[in-house]
Amino acid sequence: MSTVRSFDAVEVGEEIPAQTFGVTRSQLVQYAGASGDFNLIHWNERVARAVGLPDVIAHGMFTMATAGRLVTDWAGDPGAVVEYGVRFSSMVPVPDDDTGTTLTVSGTVEDKLDDRRVTVVLTARCGDAKVLTQARAVVQLS
Amino acid sequence: MPLNRAFIGREYAFDQPFEVGRELIRHFASAIGDTNPISHDVEAAKAAGHPDLVAPPTFLTTLSFRRRSGPIGDPDLGLDYSLVVHGEQKFVLQRPICAGDVLDGHVTITDIRDVGRNEAMVLETVITAGGEHVATAVNTMISRGTAAKKES
Repeated sequence: MSTVRSFDAVEVGEEIPAQTFGVTRSQLVQYAGASGDFNLIHWNERVARAVGLPDVIAHGMFTMATAGRLVTDWAGDPGAVVEYGVRFSSMVPVPDDDTGTTLTVSGTVEDKLDDRRVTVVLTARCGDAKVLTQARAVVQLS
Repeated sequence: MPLNRAFIGREYAFDQPFEVGRELIRHFASAIGDTNPISHDVEAAKAAGHPDLVAPPTFLTTLSFRRRSGPIGDPDLGLDYSLVVHGEQKFVLQRPICAGDVLDGHVTITDIRDVGRNEAMVLETVITAGGEHVATAVNTMISRGTAAKKES
């Protein structure tokens, strides 16, 4: 039985309510291990500062994956996303404390396509900074 | 130091196939906080019509870090990985990536160009399973501050 949201029930302009996602150093270490991206700037403050960064920064792909959760949660199935692209427009510095930082992600159904597919445009912010631009997913609905 | 532009157009085949396992899908999904049972519970995945656990949409990024056959570590390219930040990323999936998939493919450097003081390098990875094209990933990496100094 499909768990995927129905194409017929979706309208252009429909908003996917904003969700907030915490980002801590601990999560970055977990993401480094799971993804295999051990770039030092994502966990080692000494190296991050030495190369001119303000602090340890989150993996761009961690931000992209987090924003993607808004879409897969909305669609109901991680396999429903058939296309997903972003531009990384601002870094996400993650301080070495218990709360880290916060990403706020929201989405809008931009278009209904052939074959029961829709385009969702995403907004992702960290504080006042827009951390993703041109963030779009094409989703295969049921 | 600027990147070696002679690398534009170079193509690198995976050194060996990438076997997508259930535990790596679970590990990756957990690391991004994704608790959807379709990525964790085989029965839930099958009930949703999939052959096995389904990888989250950005899962294919793990291939680029687990297959070092590409250009990244080649000293002749001149890339200092600590200066690299991610510029853009796109995935196009012909079908969901599932546990049990044996993925093969190749990476092509499609562009290296100056972007102000930085350089952008674009890698396009075409991924196949059993000879069938299943996905394409396009990665634009930014090498900070390495553009050749302009004559003034």
